[in-house]
Amino acid sequence: MSQKRASKVSEDPEELVHVPLQAILLADSFAQKFRPITLERPKVLLPLVNVPMIDYTLAWLESAGVEEVFVFCCAHAKQVIDHLEKSQWLRQPHFAVSTIESHDSTSAGDALRFISEKNVIHGDFILVSGDTVSNMCLKQALQEHKERRKKDSNTVMTMVIKRSKPSQLIHQSRLGDDEILLAIDPETKQLLLYEDKAELSKGTITLDKTLLADNPAVCLHSDMQDCYTDICSQEVLSLFSENFDYQHLRRHFVKGLLLDDIMGYKIFTHEIHSSYAARVDNFRSYDTISKDITQRWTYPFVPDVQFCGNCPLSKLYREGIYKAVDVTQSRSAKIGPFTLVGSGTSIGDNSTISNSIVGRGCIIGSNVSIEGSYIWDNVTIHENCKITHAIVCDGVVIKAGATLEPGVILSFKVAVGPMFVVPAYSKVSLLPQPKKQDSDEELEYADSSSVVVEHPVANALGTANGEFESDLSVPQSLETSEVGASGLGYIWSISDMGHGEEWKHSIAPVSAGKLSEFVDRLHADLDLSAQEVGTLPASGELKPDSVIDSDDDTNEEFKGDYGSFEKEVEATFQRAVHEGVQLEHVLLEIKSLRMAYNADSIDVVGAVFYSMMKLALQAPHNSNGELFQSVKKVLSDWNNLLVPFCLDMDDKIEIIMKLEEMSSESAKEFSPLFSKILAELYDQDFVTEPAILSWASEKAGADESDKIFLKQAEPFIQWLKEAEEESSDENK
Amino acid sequence: MDFQVVVLAGGTSKNLVPLVSKDVPKALLPVANRPVLSYVLELLESSNLKDLIVVVEGQENAVRVGGWISSAYVDRLHVEVAAVPEDVGTAGALRSVAHYLTASDVLVVSGDLVSDVPPGAVAATHRRHNAAVTALLCSVPVGGHSETSGSGGKDKAKKPARHNIIGLDPAKQFLLHVTTGADVHKDLRISKTIQHASGQMEIRSDLMDAHLYAFNRTALLDILDQNPTFHSINQDVVPHLVKSQLLSLKSEVQANGASQMEEGLNERVTFQTDPLWYTQRQMGPISTFDDLATGFSHDFFPVRRAHKCCAYIASKNKYCVRLNSIQDFCDVNRDVIGDASHLSGYSFSAQNNIIHPSAELGNKTTVGPNCMLGEGSQLGDKCSVKRSVIGSHCRIGSNVKVVNSVVMNHVTIEDGCSIQGSVICSNVHLQERVVLKDCQVGAGYVITSGNEYKSESLARKEK
Repeated sequence: MSQKRASKVSEDPEELVHVPLQAILLADSFAQKFRPITLERPKVLLPLVNVPMIDYTLAWLESAGVEEVFVFCCAHAKQVIDHLEKSQWLRQPHFAVSTIESHDSTSAGDALRFISEKNVIHGDFILVSGDTVSNMCLKQALQEHKERRKKDSNTVMTMVIKRSKPSQLIHQSRLGDDEILLAIDPETKQLLLYEDKAELSKGTITLDKTLLADNPAVCLHSDMQDCYTDICSQEVLSLFSENFDYQHLRRHFVKGLLLDDIMGYKIFTHEIHSSYAARVDNFRSYDTISKDITQRWTYPFVPDVQFCGNCPLSKLYREGIYKAVDVTQSRSAKIGPFTLVGSGTSIGDNSTISNSIVGRGCIIGSNVSIEGSYIWDNVTIHENCKITHAIVCDGVVIKAGATLEPGVILSFKVAVGPMFVVPAYSKVSLLPQPKKQDSDEELEYADSSSVVVEHPVANALGTANGEFESDLSVPQSLETSEVGASGLGYIWSISDMGHGEEWKHSIAPVSAGKLSEFVDRLHADLDLSAQEVGTLPASGELKPDSVIDSDDDTNEEFKGDYGSFEKEVEATFQRAVHEGVQLEHVLLEIKSLRMAYNADSIDVVGAVFYSMMKLALQAPHNSNGELFQSVKKVLSDWNNLLVPFCLDMDDKIEIIMKLEEMSSESAKEFSPLFSKILAELYDQDFVTEPAILSWASEKAGADESDKIFLKQAEPFIQWLKEAEEESSDENK
Repeated sequence: MDFQVVVLAGGTSKNLVPLVSKDVPKALLPVANRPVLSYVLELLESSNLKDLIVVVEGQENAVRVGGWISSAYVDRLHVEVAAVPEDVGTAGALRSVAHYLTASDVLVVSGDLVSDVPPGAVAATHRRHNAAVTALLCSVPVGGHSETSGSGGKDKAKKPARHNIIGLDPAKQFLLHVTTGADVHKDLRISKTIQHASGQMEIRSDLMDAHLYAFNRTALLDILDQNPTFHSINQDVVPHLVKSQLLSLKSEVQANGASQMEEGLNERVTFQTDPLWYTQRQMGPISTFDDLATGFSHDFFPVRRAHKCCAYIASKNKYCVRLNSIQDFCDVNRDVIGDASHLSGYSFSAQNNIIHPSAELGNKTTVGPNCMLGEGSQLGDKCSVKRSVIGSHCRIGSNVKVVNSVVMNHVTIEDGCSIQGSVICSNVHLQERVVLKDCQVGAGYVITSGNEYKSESLARKEK
């Protein structure tokens, strides 16, 4: 402790000397969410409102007073470095940008370990990824972080969060992230829990008891968005090198620190209110952030401000329309609100563009309608095309009359044939989909991709358009037809995104059908939870039928699990009977039910037997004889279902008891048949002699009223006893 | 104010044996020489709540409590005393007086509350939000009176009492979650729907449910009607209200006809398909939990608030303790003549103690600060009384030490006794040189001379 204090004292004058504020910018997302586009160009260089994402991040870091940035490049490192060299970033007077190149890092953890080895970070640093768009001021957060560190040297990180309530329906923030659950100490703002995969299926959030035991007050947030902007102490780097299994910044590092209470490292949060911070993590957030930029939430990083050296400037008109000066627009073409048209683009007659971004040098024919889409540079769109909520990358050609349905991604230089309809959510690329999918999501980009990719692209660049098509159409005759006649590109199967999940991160808004599906699901959930607590009327007046309902529910709950277990077993059995489910499956199902309800084997036997007898009772019968026949049939049919559960004496006695109970209460029809059924059970080996005898002796002491069935069975029991004596005689 | 007040005075609580007996029900246990119930009644009186129903468990207890109330408050309060069978629980007690309840709102107070939080403020909060239930929450007095190093003080420091786990909305106005004592030791489970509707939930384990609730009468009666198994207010009724506060629109609409639902859905869908709306609405003002009450809020969450569950959080400097255990009894007695002396209603002398003028003190007998000596009590020579309450008409011999203790009325203590951290009930006789430490002595018990007891509970066998 004394050593620490000493070091702290020595630190203070150092701070006076001024340590330059450093930042690490990860120019690799280590994710595959932007595939297939990222096979050809790194994500940080993808244009966001016509400016590469990395420029937003660098411009922000510069404005926030960062003096030294290390850009970590891995996938497509060369392209990133080329971009930085071409732009003015490497030549700023008070803003040093240097690149760190690695070829074998597959995760953020690897990247930080790599940087740690370089030994270039000398103090607190800011960790961001190259796809961050923000205009927040770091001063206050830095100040808070420094103060906390002075008080407690275990403070390693301050995480920036922003309030953003996820949709109640789809449990997704507007950036397309799954909602996260944070537990924060309301006083100190220490982060206590970070749950990013809150299970949707469960209706409850479970908190560990130690969390509350240690903290008298905990604030649970599901309305926060992680900005993925962290202020880190130097220890973070050494923590990463110590724990070589940390890969993901959040899933491993943050959770690892929170769970590990031995070292006592602490993470704090800083909430921003009025400023903007968000990360382009998936197509949905690409869409959202683009809209935020055109709607000027990110000011000063907006299209009409020259915030970086070579970013294109456009002029702002009313209704949020941005147009470059040299746009050629037909008189009858219409540009709707919140739309940007880049320089050199021409728009034909009667075309409409709304809520979209159109890049530079595009040629848009006549009668084209573009809505909510992102058209990058040098795209050619022929007449009568319809494009809704799509991303169209550089050099794409869309032939006349083609339609892009919502959620379509067209990667570089794809050509869509005339009159072709690209189905919703499809991704089209010139590169075939990698056959082998890395099972590990962390292994994002293919190492070799940069090599493999260069080929066709270079090829495409080198050849004239028409030639290129015919050139490729020979070996690719099958594939080209995937996007229509004279089209070019492979449609990637979407299985890699998980079945039915593509809507989640798509550029297109969630469809109405999906939404109403979620509405229904939510209602079902709520109704369920309402039933759990018993229904309560809103106004205080209650419909008579719902009174009965709620009463039933509470009574059932009161009866405990056994009643519901019995019901479940019965339902399972009924299904087995009516739908012809195989016996093994029924057995398996009942066994799992038993596990779920933690029932005894006696309960199982009772429940199964009960359902069997009920089945017999349901069969049409006119006389006792017929009823007995159906009982006999059911017993022999389902013999194999009951036997596996009849293990010991108690189970067998339970069968008799159940039969007795049914005969006297729920199914009086059995009462005259009691001894006959008992005999049948004996014949079919469900119950054994000792079981019957012990039941008889147990019952002997009961009240007279309880003995009805015992008396009825008396002759049978007598017979049993005699038979036993006989057999024992024989043995002698 | 259109508020009816139900005071649940309890019966002979098992927690407080041997202090309570047939003759002394819990409500009449003395705190600084007056029954604990008087603190509640005077608190209510101070908020101008004078129309009271006092519910007592057990017929005999009811007669006793009623007798005391009519003698003490005959012209000040309008009190009806109702007797209910033992062990009906707090919810059962309310059920049995339900037919008396006519006002639109009902204030339910536990009769063992010693507090200076104005019930009027709770009632006002309740009215302001038009809530179904409003609960009074107080900070748990963790080591609040630790300077008096009583025997219980240490225990409390070791294991801070976790009374309840309570979830609040960011404005700390609404109850979003309630878990009561028994299940606290498990992992906590919180309803996701409610958490989502609020977005932010503050979970506090340092708040105590003071057992003072304002209920909407119809909501309360409905819930009691529908759930005949509900036994206790704080464990059944309030958690139920809190859990069921959100209602899916569908089930509501089903009652009103299905067409509305269709409309609602269509409206929602058209809104959602407009991409601009999707962008703008989330940038717009963020809905608070309160907005849900208005049904279709701009958040378009198809959930509506069925009713509101509010909380009134007493400020930290207010005193609020329930007398529910022997430890509480000692603490409350000590506090009322000590830290929270303004509650006692007595004026303290310059020595910071209260000695009734009719009390007689022998030679060299000292009565320290934070002490109370009741009417007509006599102390012999060389006695020392510290931080203790001594009732009326006690006869205490010479060389007696009484520290941190409560001595009720008509107690005889002979010479040379030493009493520490103990409770001596009425009519007890301690013969010479009895030494008691952390003991409770039931009414009418006689301890023969020279006996020493430590941490024991002594009482006459009831016939």
